[in-house]
Amino acid sequence: MSLQGPILIVGAGQAGVQIAESLRQEGYADSLLLIGNESHPPYQRPPLSKKWLLEPGTFNALSLRGAESLVRRRIDLRLDTAVSAIERAAAQLVLANGERLRYGRLALATGALPRPLTLPGAELAGVLSLRTIADSAAISSAIRRCAADGAPLVVIGGGFIGLEVAASARKLGAAVTVLEGLPRLMSRVTAPIVSEAFERLHRSHGVNLLFDAKVTQLLGRDGQIAAVVTADGHEYPAGCVIVGIGAIPDDRLAAAAGLQCEHGIVVDDCARSSDPKIVAAGDCTARRLPDGRLLRLESVQNAVEQAKSAAAALMGRERPFRAAPWFWSDQYDVKLQMVGQSHGYDQVLTRGDLHKPAFSAFYFKAGRLIAVDSLSRIQDHMQAKRVLDNGLSPRPEQIADPQFELQSLLREARAATADGA
Amino acid sequence: MPHILCIEPDGTERSLEADGGQSVMRTAVDAGVAGIEAQCGGNLSCATCHCYVQAPWLDKLPAPSDDERLMLQNVAAERRPESRLSCQLIVAPELDGLTVRFPDRQS
Repeated sequence: MSLQGPILIVGAGQAGVQIAESLRQEGYADSLLLIGNESHPPYQRPPLSKKWLLEPGTFNALSLRGAESLVRRRIDLRLDTAVSAIERAAAQLVLANGERLRYGRLALATGALPRPLTLPGAELAGVLSLRTIADSAAISSAIRRCAADGAPLVVIGGGFIGLEVAASARKLGAAVTVLEGLPRLMSRVTAPIVSEAFERLHRSHGVNLLFDAKVTQLLGRDGQIAAVVTADGHEYPAGCVIVGIGAIPDDRLAAAAGLQCEHGIVVDDCARSSDPKIVAAGDCTARRLPDGRLLRLESVQNAVEQAKSAAAALMGRERPFRAAPWFWSDQYDVKLQMVGQSHGYDQVLTRGDLHKPAFSAFYFKAGRLIAVDSLSRIQDHMQAKRVLDNGLSPRPEQIADPQFELQSLLREARAATADGA
Repeated sequence: MPHILCIEPDGTERSLEADGGQSVMRTAVDAGVAGIEAQCGGNLSCATCHCYVQAPWLDKLPAPSDDERLMLQNVAAERRPESRLSCQLIVAPELDGLTVRFPDRQS
C-alpha cells in the first residue's frame, strides 16, 4: 500500500473516530479529515435506545470525544457533509455539493441503516425507526405522547432495538405491544432459554408480546398511523409504531465504486477492502473469516477493534482483529452481556438463577465453549471473555459442576505459561 | 471547579478542570487523554476505562461497588490494589487534585 496522504475518513461515528485516533497513535503525521453526514459532532449510539429515551439530556453526555480531543490530535472534522461518490481512478471523493477531495488513502466507516419496512402504510406519520439522535428524540416524544393519550405503542420486531425501546416505553408509562414474526425473542442470536427469560421479563413489566405475528400492512387516519394489521387479520391499534427489524450495512458508496461488497464492504481481518488504498471498519463491513465465511457484526467493540486494524493497515502494518465478539443490552434492570459466537452450538448449559433472572448460558460446540450470554452475571461475562480470547475452554461437565470456577482456567493457563518460560 | 490530574501511558501529565458530578472518564475523554477507550460510555460493561489511582487519593474515594469489583477482575492491563474504573469515579469538590494514571492497554 502506498503511504501518501492525505487520509480521508468517511463516517464520523464510533469507527470513524477510532480510525482517526488510532492513526495518530500509529504515528501518522499528515493531514486527517473526518467527514460526517450528520450535524452533530461524533456521538455514541448505544444510549439512543436506552437511557437517552428516558431522559434526553445535554449532548455532552452522548458525545464520543470532546472537541478538545479532536483538536489536540489534529483531526479535522466536516459535519453535514454527504459524499456522493468515490472516484477510485482519480483517487477523489465527490461531495454532494459537487466539491472534490483528493485522497492518498481512504477509510470507509459509513455505518448501517435501519432495515426499512416495505409494506403498505410504512410511510405514515408516526412510523419510526432508530439510528440517529434525531430519531431517538422523535421516538422519545412519541412514547410520551402515547403515554399521555393512553394510545398503545406497537413495536415491530423482538430484537435488541425493539426490546430496549419497549422497556423504555414501559418505564415511561406507555402501553406496549411487541409483534415478533418468529416464535421467540432475539432468536437469531440467543438460545431459547435466554429468549424465554426475556419473554418472562417483558411480560412481568406488562408488555403485550405476540409471536409468529407477520405484519401485512399499516392503517392510517389522516396520514397518521392508526393500526397494525397481521396476517391472521388482527388489527392492533397504534398511537405510534417503532420498526426494529434489523439493520443493513451502508455499503452504497463502496458498491457504486466497484469495491467488493456482499451485504457489507468485504474486508479481511486487517480491515483491508478489495482496493489497496481503501480500508473499512464498523457496521458497514462484512469480515472474511479464515474459513471463508463472512461475518457481520454491529457493535461498539467491532467498530473500535476493526478501526484499530484499519488504522494499522493504512500505515502498512497488520493488526488483525481476532478477539471474541462481545455485545451488551440493557432491558429494565437486567444487563445482558454476550461474548463469542453461539452460531452452530450443540449444547447449552446454564449457571445461576433462571427466574431472577441472574444466570449465564454457556454454548458448546463439539465439547468446546464458543459463547456465553450473561444476564446480570458480570463476573461470568468478564471471565468468559478472557477464556475465549485466550483460546481456552472449560469442559461441559466443569460448567455443570457448581464448585468449578471459570477463573481457575485462567490461573492454570498463566501458571503453564510461567512454567514454559 | 475541581481539577484532576491525568497521567497518560507515556508519562505526560494533564491537569483538567472537571465539572462537579461528572466522571473522571468523561472528563478525560472530552479532553482527549491518551490511554482510555471507554467503549461502553460508562455503562459498566467493558472495563476499558481502567486507571490507577495515585496516592493519597485511593482512600478518599468511595469504595467500588460489587459490580465494579467484578469488572476489575479482568482488566486488560495489570490489576493492582489501586485499580479503579474511571467511569465510576465522580469528581467532587473534595477531590480537587485527584490524580490517576492510565495503563498502556485497555483491550
